[in-house]
Amino acid sequence: MNKYKIFNFAKRLGLFLLVIFTVVSLVTILIELVPGDPATARLGDQATPEQIQAFRERHKLDRPAFFFTYSSEKGFQWHGSRNRYLDYWKGVLQGDLGISYDTDRPVLDMILERYPMTIRLALAALFVAILISIPLGVLAGTNKNSLIDNFSSVFALMGICLPSFVIGPLLVYLFAVQIKIFQPSGYEYPEDIILPAITLGAALSAILTRMVRSSVIEELGEDYVRTARAKGLSERIVVYKHVLKNGLIPVVTILGLQLGVLLAGAIITERIFNLRGIGTLLLDGINTRDHRLVQGVVLVISVTYILANSLTDMVYRWLDPRIRLN
Amino acid sequence: MNKLAYIGFFLATVFILTAIFAPYIATHDPIKRFEKIENGESVSRKNDPPSRDHWFGTDSLSRDVFSRVVYGARISLFVGISVVSIAGIVGIIIGAIAGFYGGWLDKFLAGYVFNVFLAFPGLLLAIAIVAFLSGTNPSATDRIRHLIIAMCITGWVGYARVMRGQVLKIREYDFVQAARALGASNIRQLFIHILPNAIQPLIVQASLAMAGAVLAEASLSFLGLGIPPPSPSWGTMIDDARGIDTLRTAIHNLIFPGAALALTVLAFNFIGDGLREYLDPKQRKR
Repeated sequence: MNKYKIFNFAKRLGLFLLVIFTVVSLVTILIELVPGDPATARLGDQATPEQIQAFRERHKLDRPAFFFTYSSEKGFQWHGSRNRYLDYWKGVLQGDLGISYDTDRPVLDMILERYPMTIRLALAALFVAILISIPLGVLAGTNKNSLIDNFSSVFALMGICLPSFVIGPLLVYLFAVQIKIFQPSGYEYPEDIILPAITLGAALSAILTRMVRSSVIEELGEDYVRTARAKGLSERIVVYKHVLKNGLIPVVTILGLQLGVLLAGAIITERIFNLRGIGTLLLDGINTRDHRLVQGVVLVISVTYILANSLTDMVYRWLDPRIRLN
Repeated sequence: MNKLAYIGFFLATVFILTAIFAPYIATHDPIKRFEKIENGESVSRKNDPPSRDHWFGTDSLSRDVFSRVVYGARISLFVGISVVSIAGIVGIIIGAIAGFYGGWLDKFLAGYVFNVFLAFPGLLLAIAIVAFLSGTNPSATDRIRHLIIAMCITGWVGYARVMRGQVLKIREYDFVQAARALGASNIRQLFIHILPNAIQPLIVQASLAMAGAVLAEASLSFLGLGIPPPSPSWGTMIDDARGIDTLRTAIHNLIFPGAALALTVLAFNFIGDGLREYLDPKQRKR
């Protein structure tokens, strides 16, 4: 490692930490947007002042929101370090995301219970996308303007314009109502993940198929392909060993960036198939007005998303030495 | 321009005209519940298949699906245009400032602020903002306002990045240098000389963003965070139609709003892709 590399790494790490810091701060401040007082909203108008006070103390709502406040009556007021913003930060650093308004359980526990389902769904969707897009993209790219190429274009188009909440119910209609091979919703057996995975992975398959196709076409025009062919290598080896290896580099970036999009998209898919993941947890939190829970889920998904993106960036640099030099 | 772009323009025109002339096109009141006479008794017209009276059939609350799809275009178009224009203007101004002034301001905006906004998955941030902004039982106008605010907060960065890149490139061109040498003010250089030359990729961005906004509105409505019932939003209609019983007996409730949504998204994607290809001759050959 030379000095330049270390500097570059430090710069990226710095930006990464800064983005995480801002995301946590934004999520902390966003909850203050909620109109009305959470204590009265939860306990109702009948609650005694003691109950309200107890709720506020339990959820650390008895302190001011931020370091300072400004109101037209009292003017500018400084509150110092005893504020909700700092409290939340202290909690986050100790792995404590607060206590759910609704269930009175630690938010982090609720999230960790539901997270495996979402990760399973996202990985299954990623798997579906790779399984469809790489063979289809390679076939389309090596047989440009053929029947299979046109088919792949139509497929890609459908995947891009049909949103998951249309694809999902259609799949349920086809494979759970018309041909009864899958369950319409819920997760009991491992194969129950198939329809949700296709639903969530469809858009990604479409994008990836287009990428693999254009990437393969581009690489096929390179000099090294001509050299490989001139050496007498079979077309199969040329395509799968030489072209695909280079052609997949841009695909890796998209894959990494899309992992985060899949996590966000999982919210919709989990709702369609009634899966107990982090997405339905978020929607439950919104419906029960459990803003502490919503805050925690948004934070966890965002941090996962940022981590996935940063990791992709590193893998991409490692895969393609040309980028390392720039 | 390629054929697909023309198809896109055609579909988008149909969509816009439908939205504008919805009261004249719709055959029924979109929120009225209909009844029919069966064996001399009046019963609700629940989940009726398409017929001459109800072209797209009726939904689980006996409402006319065709009229609801037609009025749904209005909500989509209104939210889409509002988001595209507000986010566009904000993004263009911020991007122009970052690109034109450069220095620490650019480092702060492009290096930090843009990255923060790109670090959130857009849909998640929009969900969070709508959820946090809405109190109990928000009214329809409040919800539309919250939706638009949320989508603008997530959407402006796209324009800002494109605009910044354009300004960085164009401000070095000779004609801008000449204007500067003649003493043109910064504002004049930006708006009279740079902006008209930077507009092309921004139009592409706007078209793709329109598709994104229509989709985002439908997604949030689907999740129950959109315009509250009985207003007909395509997302809400799809949500109402996805129950297993409705799928079994009345699949038309899913097909028609789903197709309307897909075609609209497709149209703006086609326009965006077509324009990009048209405006960038290097891509035309492919």
